[in-house]
Amino acid sequence: MNARSLTEDLKSFSFVLPALAIFAFFYIVPFFYTFWLALHQGTGVSQLTFVGLDNFKNIIGDGAWWSSVGRSFYISLWALTFQNLLALFLALAVDRAVRTGNIYRVIFFLLPILSEVIIGLLIRRILLPSPGVFNHFLEQIGLSAFVRDWLNDSRYALTTLAVTHCWRGFAWGFIILLAGLQTIPQQLYEAARIDGANAWQRFTKVTVPLLIPVICMVIILTILGTVQLIGLPMALTRGGPANATTLAVMKILNELRNYAGYASAQGIVLGLILVAISFSMMKISKRLNKV
Amino acid sequence: MYRFKKIASLILIHTFLISVALTCIAPFVWMINSSLKTNQEFFEDYGLKAPQSPQWQNYKVALTKGKLGTNFINSIVYTFVGVFSIVIISSLAGYGFSRLHFKGRDGFFYLFLAAMMIPVPAAFVPLYVLLKGVGLLNTRTGYILAMINVGLSLSIYLYKTFFDQLPKDLEDAARIDGCSRLRIWWHVIFPLAKPATGVVVIFNALNIWNEFVLALVIFSNRSLMPLQVGLYEFSSSSIGLTSYTVLMAGLTVAALPIIAIYLAMQKHIIKGITAGAMVG
Repeated sequence: MNARSLTEDLKSFSFVLPALAIFAFFYIVPFFYTFWLALHQGTGVSQLTFVGLDNFKNIIGDGAWWSSVGRSFYISLWALTFQNLLALFLALAVDRAVRTGNIYRVIFFLLPILSEVIIGLLIRRILLPSPGVFNHFLEQIGLSAFVRDWLNDSRYALTTLAVTHCWRGFAWGFIILLAGLQTIPQQLYEAARIDGANAWQRFTKVTVPLLIPVICMVIILTILGTVQLIGLPMALTRGGPANATTLAVMKILNELRNYAGYASAQGIVLGLILVAISFSMMKISKRLNKV
Repeated sequence: MYRFKKIASLILIHTFLISVALTCIAPFVWMINSSLKTNQEFFEDYGLKAPQSPQWQNYKVALTKGKLGTNFINSIVYTFVGVFSIVIISSLAGYGFSRLHFKGRDGFFYLFLAAMMIPVPAAFVPLYVLLKGVGLLNTRTGYILAMINVGLSLSIYLYKTFFDQLPKDLEDAARIDGCSRLRIWWHVIFPLAKPATGVVVIFNALNIWNEFVLALVIFSNRSLMPLQVGLYEFSSSSIGLTSYTVLMAGLTVAALPIIAIYLAMQKHIIKGITAGAMVG
């Protein structure tokens, strides 16, 4: 390579240099630094002692950690079933009632636009007792039997958090599924109808197969979004009562200041679980597409 | 008979849609209504009746004593500086990756792509230790740089794919006229990229404005915090824990501007956000 083309190369490279510099320091270095940190004990760059794989060994026997992971996946299960079914039903309904569809879209999307902290603190005030407006509402419509201390009773707090999360986030799945539904050509439904398919058959034989890539994407986004959830539980319950709503990422956050090494190891374990899930979902999606 | 069934199913569908829509709206109406009441009133009627006389001082208390005014201004600064920087840096990089030639170009681009694909659920852990190490913890600079990084991958991807579809004729004309690459980017490419810039601005503005966990980790000084962390701290302060209606005023201050902007530009915002989410 001659000198002229080298300077040309450098000039061109300078366009991506600012992005690369920031990316290197704030993404690439931290990414590899996590693995380094996970092999150490201590709080900062200068006070680290090498402990090998001790952090990972400790994670295996850390019951509190695995319970927090379990809670994250419990909420994911709610999101995968309840939230996504709600999203699917709403998308199907709006797809039917096209003319007014946009109003619903605008209203539903209000929730993801607002921050998790605003939603969390607002719902907290609505669900807390004395004065508890939600419980008051239940009494007014004759459902006094269902009045609960939603957030302070450890039997209900996690499910309350799960339902709040589902309600707050359903619009994502809704909008992606709706976009998917609207790409299905109307002629396919017509053809199926002429062949004598009823509504349920049209749904299972036309809609669902064509939606599978979209559904797989929604599932991946749901799991990634739910397992990494932190703002909403922090605002809604702060992990309480008695750690009943402490999720995996909150656990990591709690360890951060005093046990950065251990927190890194936990982060790696959680990240690996997520990568494994995403990859197997993509595999499943591909296989289903071939059929 | 067919007609009757159709109407019945339409009524059913709309009842379902309207009841879900109501759950999305009612809490915010209740929030605004409660924010204008005295605490006493709130205890008596659960915030359900209209305020006897609007308590505007709730807002004053939330903004001044509750320090949410400072946090609000911080959020505006972080969002504005962050989005502006992301637009400049990522459109330059997107142009570089799309049109210019240098060694390792595609490799670097895949690096950004990989960052979008790999979930890092606790990215704040190493970032915290590193920022502490270089003295950027609890600084505006540290937070803004971290937030620029969060937005880069997606924004570069959006710009690059946009530039890939642009015809090359305009640039060629400019190049023949003797324009430098930087001037071509500024005078020809960047103005043409308005649709991509729109998506990048909307997606990143909302992302930075609503960001919570990085700000929580980076800031310990209340007067540097953005609004979301400020609200979180405020909710557990002595005012937030006792004066429910002032807390509601604080939430309204944070929510209402976003709701207003959203309603004014909902078409673009929904498009921008879904474009971002689908790619990510």
